[in-house]
Amino acid sequence: MTGRSNGTHGTDGTHGTDGTDATRRRTVDSGGLALAVYEQGDPARPTVLLVHGYPDDHSVWDDVAADLAADHHVVRYDTRGSGASGVPAAREDYRLELLGQDLYAVADAVSPDRPVHVVAHDWGSVQAWEAVTAPGAYRRIASYTTMSGPCLDHMGHWIRHRLRRPTPRHLSQLLRQGAHSWYIALFQLPVLAPAAWKLGLARLWPRVLRDLEAVRPRPGHPQATLAKDAVHGIELYRANMRPRVRAPRERHTEVPVQLITLQRDHYVADFLSEGLERWVPRLTRRTLDATHWSALLEKGPAVAALVREFTARDHTAARQEPSAAGELVVVTGGGSGIGRATALAFADRGTRVVVCDRDLPAARRTAELCELSGAKAAAYRVDVSDGAAVDAFARQVAADHGVPDVVVNNAGIGHSGTFLETTEEEWRRVLDVNLWGVIHGCRAFGQLMVERGTGGHLVNLASAAAYLPAKRLAAYATSKSAVLMLSDCLRAELAPHRIGVSAICPGIVNTDITRTTTFSGLHDDALAAKQAKVSKLYARRGFPPEKVAAEILRAVRTRKPVVPVTFEAKAARLLGRLSPGLLRLLARVNAG
Amino acid sequence: MPRFPYDERDLAKFREVQQLAYHCAEQVAAWIEPGVTERQATAELRRCLVRAGVQDFFHVPFAWFGDRTAFRHFRTPLQFFAGSRVLAEGMPYVLDCAPVVDGYTADIGYGGKVGENPVWDLLAKDLRVYRELILREVRARKPLAEVYAAVDAQLAAHGYDNRHQVYPGRVIGHQVTRNTARGPAGVNLFGFGVRTLQTLGRELVKERLEGRSPLWAGGRASRHAPTPGLWAVEPHIGFRDVGIKFEELLVVTDEDAYWLDDDLPHVRRWALQEDAA
Repeated sequence: MTGRSNGTHGTDGTHGTDGTDATRRRTVDSGGLALAVYEQGDPARPTVLLVHGYPDDHSVWDDVAADLAADHHVVRYDTRGSGASGVPAAREDYRLELLGQDLYAVADAVSPDRPVHVVAHDWGSVQAWEAVTAPGAYRRIASYTTMSGPCLDHMGHWIRHRLRRPTPRHLSQLLRQGAHSWYIALFQLPVLAPAAWKLGLARLWPRVLRDLEAVRPRPGHPQATLAKDAVHGIELYRANMRPRVRAPRERHTEVPVQLITLQRDHYVADFLSEGLERWVPRLTRRTLDATHWSALLEKGPAVAALVREFTARDHTAARQEPSAAGELVVVTGGGSGIGRATALAFADRGTRVVVCDRDLPAARRTAELCELSGAKAAAYRVDVSDGAAVDAFARQVAADHGVPDVVVNNAGIGHSGTFLETTEEEWRRVLDVNLWGVIHGCRAFGQLMVERGTGGHLVNLASAAAYLPAKRLAAYATSKSAVLMLSDCLRAELAPHRIGVSAICPGIVNTDITRTTTFSGLHDDALAAKQAKVSKLYARRGFPPEKVAAEILRAVRTRKPVVPVTFEAKAARLLGRLSPGLLRLLARVNAG
Repeated sequence: MPRFPYDERDLAKFREVQQLAYHCAEQVAAWIEPGVTERQATAELRRCLVRAGVQDFFHVPFAWFGDRTAFRHFRTPLQFFAGSRVLAEGMPYVLDCAPVVDGYTADIGYGGKVGENPVWDLLAKDLRVYRELILREVRARKPLAEVYAAVDAQLAAHGYDNRHQVYPGRVIGHQVTRNTARGPAGVNLFGFGVRTLQTLGRELVKERLEGRSPLWAGGRASRHAPTPGLWAVEPHIGFRDVGIKFEELLVVTDEDAYWLDDDLPHVRRWALQEDAA
């Protein structure tokens, strides 16, 4: 079932009268309700369907539609209860499933043979999610660009997840989104909200937009029917908010989705889309410097450009075959632990993956696992401490796969021993891999990224030891601390080239590093016993590398400069700021 | 160390019960299709076994579908019992049953899938490595805890998860003896036959006194060479939402060790794949 309504539709032939850009007007019947539909541009071109939010009507899209009409068949409609469309009698007629059916009815009427590209804002986006997450939606919807309107079911799960795991971060997110959503609670109250709109809010609306939303007033905006639309639209909240958020359904979609986060949105916080990949495997994230309404009313061409770029992508090809032109990531030390988990996490998002490791079979194994996710993957044998080898590797990757978009300098080794115990050879080994490995990686790939000129991201694996001194980790902590500083300097240098640099400080993570960690003064059996003991401790801590990988992906997405991952890594960083003296004292403990 | 307690006749009987159990699992696997629930699958498995003459169960039959094959989100032991999960196209499944005939016990695990599932294919192929690894290590008379650690190391190399650690006691295997207890047959408590609990309880005490354990896990209690006798060994490996296992009897004699029977579905599958390659 695609949730499509079998409504009849007819063209009433009323042509738009706004001069040069003829807007053709017709009426589409959706389950007995008449929807006012407005068309522009050549119908032979790809169809873009624009869905407006609350309390707008189709005219909120004027700028975006005018821009897209140059090379698209642009279709807008007034959603039920607004503009020139019919007004349902009962609250239950505003249910999301009917709103989703409206979208399909319009799509079927204006583009019966080809799937449409949907672009939606605010409540339009909420109802478009309903259509996009219907089973088999990909047959009618080629792509979906969403702004400022989450799927209510996803939001219900988002809230539940945070209530179940009330970490300080989760609680703060709940509180902050709650503070953004004050009006939703008001809308549930009888009389008050409709009265406010009728008694003057509608008249004040241009000033609200100007003062709070940075939208300059202009003729024709807002629409003449604003007061009526706003009052009817309150039913959208009343009919859907509570049931969907209280009992969220599992709504997945195969449709490629472009999420445009508006940086200055007063109503929808950016973190509301955290974890959206769970429901939308083919998600592209974009950000736009705009408020909730200035995106459409002031920055229409910018939105149109993002839509144009997204609709032009060959989405059909991506579904069957992993794209040969998609994003490319390189992971060093990808044969195990955090490196392998990171490679797999990128592969899950459809990114092409190149892994290298000193241990070629292990790297090949990672590539094999990546391919299970349908991503393209390749493996190479590289010793990152060898600068010439890393340079050759970078050239090889550029020749075989292109310049990478993300490079994760992950390869590293563990070593434990006090300063006086650690031999010169041990110092060299630790610095060669942990520091020089990162230097070689950043230099070889950073150079390629700068030359290409389209930006990128370097991720360097530091450690909580980078800022947490410990007398038994002299060499290791020194090497990681250098990586942290190197990342800070490099970030400043590469910023003009739009290349981000993140330093990741994991903490105690259950990986293979402890099984190969060397200990000054220990050999053979004693060494093996010590390795087993530390491994056991790390296993008991039980922090999986997959969680570090998730943080790395997030750091790339949000360009976060320094990322302490585990609780101990965060606590140590905080403690180092509150009381460095205490941290210095703790360094004397015989740990590590 | 106790002497190996079985003669050829006993081993033939054990082999026969194990064949019977795998045969029933294969029948259910042929019958199973999308739309079937776990409960329906275990009921079918039980019917099949009883028809074949099984009188008692070491434990009740289990069936796991979908991500439950990898024991994802398992918090309580109650979640091991068959539930209302419906099999869908592309899902993996695991059947596990332990029939007793005349006191001779088998305990088997059978992994399968309906439709296409590339993750399952890879896991099923790699499962062979664990069968060979375990035998090699036991033959070398390595302490059982070390064999467990070797399996873990192989899992890490493959990029898989140890899922047998979810079993009660984190066991990869347990000893199987000829069941001579006199409790009521066919009655179970928490999924284990009453006679099983009697026998297992007695063994636990007896072996504990000798510094050994009839349960094979990675801890201190398993730091002893393999005890001669029969061990039901069940490496259960997983990758993300797919899990697979085999479970079969390993014969540990006074000097050597071998799998009781090589004519089993998974071994035949590997042989076929090798021929095809």
